[in-house]
Amino acid sequence: MRVTQGTFSFLPDLTDQQIASQIEYCLGNGWAVSLEYTDDPHPRNAFWEMFGHPMFDIRDAAGVMTEVNACRKTFPNHYIKVNAFDATRGRESLRLSFIINRPAAEPGFNLVREEGPGRSVRYTTRAYATERPEGERY
Amino acid sequence: MNSSAVTDRAVKEKAVKDNAVAGDEQKRAKTGAARYRAGVLKYAQMGYWNPDYSPAPTDVLALFRITPQDGVEPEEAAAAVAGESSTATWTVVWTDRLTACDRYRAKAYRVDPVPGAPGQYFAYIAYDLDLFEPGSVANLTASVIGNVFGFKPLKALRLEDMRFPVAYVKTFAGPPTGIVVERERLDKFGRPLLGATVKPKLGLSGKNYGRVVYEALKGGLDFTKDDENINSQPFMHWRDRFLYCMEAINRAQAATGEVKGHYLNVTAGTMEDMYERAEFAKELGSVIVMIDLVIGYTAIQSMSRWARRNDMILHLHRAGHSTYTRQKSHGVSFRVISKWMRLAGVDHIHAGTVVGKLEGDPNSVQGFYNVLREGRNEQDLQRGIFFEQDWAGLHGVMPVASGGIHAGQMHQLLHYLGEDVVLQFGGGTIGHPMGIAAGATANRVALEAMVLARNEGRDIWNEGPQILATAAKDCAPLKAALDVWGEITFNYASTDTPDFVPTANVA
Amino acid sequence: MNAKVEPMSSPPDGVPAAQTGDEPLDLEVAYRDSHVGEVLDSLDRELVGLAPVKGRIRDIAALLLIDKLRRAVGLSSGPPALHMSFTGNPGTGKTTVAMRMAEILHRLGYVRKGHLIAVTRDDLVGQYIGHTAPKTREVLKRAMGGVLFIDEAYYLYRPENERDYGQEAIEILLQVMENQRDDLVVILAGYKDRMETFFRSNPGLSSRVAHHIDFPDYTPEELLAIARLMLERMQYQLSAPADEALREYIERRRVQPHFANARSIRNALDRARLRQASRLFERRVGAISRQELQTIEESDIRASRVLRGERP
Repeated sequence: MRVTQGTFSFLPDLTDQQIASQIEYCLGNGWAVSLEYTDDPHPRNAFWEMFGHPMFDIRDAAGVMTEVNACRKTFPNHYIKVNAFDATRGRESLRLSFIINRPAAEPGFNLVREEGPGRSVRYTTRAYATERPEGERY
Repeated sequence: MNSSAVTDRAVKEKAVKDNAVAGDEQKRAKTGAARYRAGVLKYAQMGYWNPDYSPAPTDVLALFRITPQDGVEPEEAAAAVAGESSTATWTVVWTDRLTACDRYRAKAYRVDPVPGAPGQYFAYIAYDLDLFEPGSVANLTASVIGNVFGFKPLKALRLEDMRFPVAYVKTFAGPPTGIVVERERLDKFGRPLLGATVKPKLGLSGKNYGRVVYEALKGGLDFTKDDENINSQPFMHWRDRFLYCMEAINRAQAATGEVKGHYLNVTAGTMEDMYERAEFAKELGSVIVMIDLVIGYTAIQSMSRWARRNDMILHLHRAGHSTYTRQKSHGVSFRVISKWMRLAGVDHIHAGTVVGKLEGDPNSVQGFYNVLREGRNEQDLQRGIFFEQDWAGLHGVMPVASGGIHAGQMHQLLHYLGEDVVLQFGGGTIGHPMGIAAGATANRVALEAMVLARNEGRDIWNEGPQILATAAKDCAPLKAALDVWGEITFNYASTDTPDFVPTANVA
Repeated sequence: MNAKVEPMSSPPDGVPAAQTGDEPLDLEVAYRDSHVGEVLDSLDRELVGLAPVKGRIRDIAALLLIDKLRRAVGLSSGPPALHMSFTGNPGTGKTTVAMRMAEILHRLGYVRKGHLIAVTRDDLVGQYIGHTAPKTREVLKRAMGGVLFIDEAYYLYRPENERDYGQEAIEILLQVMENQRDDLVVILAGYKDRMETFFRSNPGLSSRVAHHIDFPDYTPEELLAIARLMLERMQYQLSAPADEALREYIERRRVQPHFANARSIRNALDRARLRQASRLFERRVGAISRQELQTIEESDIRASRVLRGERP
């Protein structure tokens, strides 16, 4: 399967040039770009690990790409996403978030059902990979 | 009979003559004892027309489009609307003098002819803040549109726009979730959300219904949706629908790793039924519930409170609105409904597509979207926005574009509607020749390709079709969708367009 | 996995797409379209003196423009080396010229953004092990797309201390100067003699610096012209005796220690303004004219310790 979180997961994997031009768009809007990585792709895993702080004073995508390369080198088999944060009043949240690196094989998720009264079912989603300890998953 | 007709005519002629001779006199407010002498006065004479009044920042303002009956002066008609929507009745009452009636009287303070529409006038009316109960759309509307729309001296009346002072806005809690938090909960940023209404809208059994939900969500949509009239009918009981939909949602989440949702419509005959259905949706783990506009303003506010207490996104279908929003001369503009619904507190509202099958002039629709989404609206006559409006930190409402749209229009949709919107492709998903999941994939790929291109600085308005064609090379479902629907458009003249005179730009 | 953004792959503005034939290129059009002329003109107009520097800048601009045209017709000589060294005493206009250089490089399409990040050793080198690399990378990230100006660059290298972390910064810098020439231009600046020593002991760095520009000290006449220009911009003027006094001041000051060319002139003028204000304030009875408000008098200059024979 393919985890389709993030803005461009339905497209073929982005090239470095495509990644750089999305970052350029974010910087042009005054958003701070940051990188996060994880080996637990659960849809409600809100806190991936931060690869450094959001980069607040970068003028050019090449500056961010330095970090993108460093992150991919350190975590070649993790999910890595690029986030863009907008500090404008009333938004103060992400404006773009897309995956730029993923494990070679994605085994996907197991859906666990616990039957309850009145035909109701309690559902739990668990990534097959998270059966192993952090850092040894992919 | 004859003589009575003559008398009638004589009376009418006299009235017209009176108007002409004493026009100014009749428009001027009477003061002191003369004002409260028993009898019938013109509304203007009662003080509801006050061209010297300058509205206070704490006033509620309303702009009406009035069409007076023949022989009725526009100022008098405006004063009548002010009177009937505030303190007046048809005759003088001495009990006015027991109140601070000068303050409670609404004031018509400006009347302009509508450009290009003879016989119609824009009337500006100011209401004191004390006239309204805090936090009640029902009370607000009971005053402003309560009685006055059937008033005989007017041929037609339309409420075009309103301005609410910050002090009044702050008495409403507004949308329980809002655009920003909705995106954070769903972990979806930087692109419109995608949805689809399950079709056929009536007749599917719970199990078959859930199949459509599963296929569409697995294929790439973020949401699926009950239609406005799916409640609890013989072919599908509501509990059955909820259970099968939740199975479909959870299966789709596991298949994609994304958060998914289905707007479970909890609309029912009584509040008790609605609460019961909403509670059940919550127990099952749904992220969103849905209501219809026809349940009424108070029921909407109650469901908004419930949604706020239960961390639930609240989707509103505007069922029924076209009965009063569509005609330009009579009714309530949808931009006013949008403002009321932002105050009442819904997270989603259907607000037009521009390019789809339902009514929607581009400028008017963008005006609705701005009212729903922006933190502050400036006056924007081209988009039908007459007043500045500061939303005082009230969350934004996510507009929903639904009805006759398809993947081939993606560049137009993104251009007109921007990013904070749910694009709903019902037929455009379920009618796909390769199946429902393929239909969903086609829409998602078209959307992501278009956002990517826009961010790269490409001119999507002109290059849109090429961008889609290129994306379709890697995506057979998109290719099929473009082949089937690429040429479908709905080009009819809009009935609801803003009337304004463009002013010359200084630059 | 190479992260290079490739802005150079498309022909820069004003240059026709790849021509392979012999049709002549219009150099004038390319020059005009780049708007480099405006920067050169303003350099001429706004900076007093510095004739050799301006000549070198003009040469570099010409080289880059021709290089652009050559690439447009498919003649390749490899991407031009752009890192530079600016040497000269303090106050000779190195930072100002570096900003203009950044603008020229931007207009010709050799850097994408054209901003200038000015740093010194303290911004690049850390206090303890593991501190320097992140600091240097942070600065480099901010400078990407523009010009990194390292003032008193020789402080990066401290031969007396074998464990100095400056060496680490130099190595990271070298890597980027070599591998990301499209992303960043580095200008190293400082006193001429010390820079020469620095380059001698860091041949790697020296070999990557293509353009050496020396900033001469200003002549007394140029310094006086700079003073007048500064005053004009602040809407002041010198009375005739004050002008003469300033000339004397400059003659004396420039042979004293710690003289920093234009910077010293600015400081002297700031002090003169202070004195003018005190003078006007002292006799605050009666009306004051616009003329008085904008005139620096002889006494405002002569009160300086330099002219009274004291150490500044």
